[in-house]
Amino acid sequence: MSQSQSQNPGPGHHENQNPVTLDTAFFVAWITRTAAVVEAERARLTELDSAIGDGDHGTNLDRGFASVMRVLDTTAPRTPGTVLALTGTTLISKVGGASGPLYGTAFRRAGNALSDAPEIDLPGLAAALDAALAAIRKLGAARDGDKTMVDALAPAVSALDDAVARGAALLDALNAMVAAAEQGAQATIAMQASKGRASYLGPRSVGHEDPGAASTVLILTALRDTAAEATASKPDGE
Amino acid sequence: MAAERSEQSANRQNGQPPDHAPDRQDRRVGLVLVSHSALLAEGAAQLTRELAGAEVPIEPAGGMPEDGGLGTSIELIERAVRAADRGAGVVILADLGSAVLTVKLMLDDADDLPGPVLLADAPFVEGAVSAVVAASAGADAQAVLAAAEEARQFHKV
Repeated sequence: MSQSQSQNPGPGHHENQNPVTLDTAFFVAWITRTAAVVEAERARLTELDSAIGDGDHGTNLDRGFASVMRVLDTTAPRTPGTVLALTGTTLISKVGGASGPLYGTAFRRAGNALSDAPEIDLPGLAAALDAALAAIRKLGAARDGDKTMVDALAPAVSALDDAVARGAALLDALNAMVAAAEQGAQATIAMQASKGRASYLGPRSVGHEDPGAASTVLILTALRDTAAEATASKPDGE
Repeated sequence: MAAERSEQSANRQNGQPPDHAPDRQDRRVGLVLVSHSALLAEGAAQLTRELAGAEVPIEPAGGMPEDGGLGTSIELIERAVRAADRGAGVVILADLGSAVLTVKLMLDDADDLPGPVLLADAPFVEGAVSAVVAASAGADAQAVLAAAEEARQFHKV
């Protein structure tokens, strides 16, 4: 068993909680959930982007992930790495704004990090998200505090890495990751944008949450929720 | 090749016209104009073609191919780069930061791009105009790039 288990399960930790298998089906479920959430939150993302951008973030992501779902349906990926790589390539090709190249390269790099392993363990997942963050930093050159998706993703990846290092179980680690992402996205409200369309607004960008940070929270929450649902539905003793 | 070029620039410095060897006529640096808007890219191409005559290959690469909507398409840009290349390389102008992201990804991804392919850190229209003038005069890719980037300093009013 490659799954990390915490030594001292905290209160509420189910005695018979079985580790979730992070296989191809899991990753497809994550992306499927992401597509649904992005569609559901499209108006909110658009509203955030209208305040400090050009109002297309919600639409772009929704259309991008709708394309991703079509590709995944028709291509039948055989490994977790392929699921993410296809997601990335599709986003690059179909989303014409900044989030296409940025999320696209992130998913693609994460997919490559998973190579052709049929199942991924928690450290492998963390390493893939490390690679995703590195790809975004390299392409977009945003620094911490520029008021971008990085301000949600960097703390999230850091929290996940910390959780893995202390031997946390999957769901605990993903909960920590999501909490850090949410906190990071909230912190963008006070920041002044130094990158992207919002940077043209200067001081007027202050007081609004960054839409890229908000969508990062959605994507990572979908990852956690997919794991949570898989955990809850595992029959005991399997 | 290098010897020919330095002879040519020596001629230019002396006020003499560059040699018009037939094999050099085709080797103008090409331009690719990347915009979120197909209209804007085509408009900039029209404007620059006026300045360049037929010699400089100018390829617009704007909007999303599926529906003509706003955005930049990595495939469209790569096709435009290959179409604009005449053996002397290509200089790319981009309108906004997200276009730069798409171009950077394209440059990383593409196999066997004819070289050199250079992305200019320049204003879209002004950079394109400076670039086409330089390309038209037979400048090499680095010089065309430099001309485009000089446009950052121009004042209009």
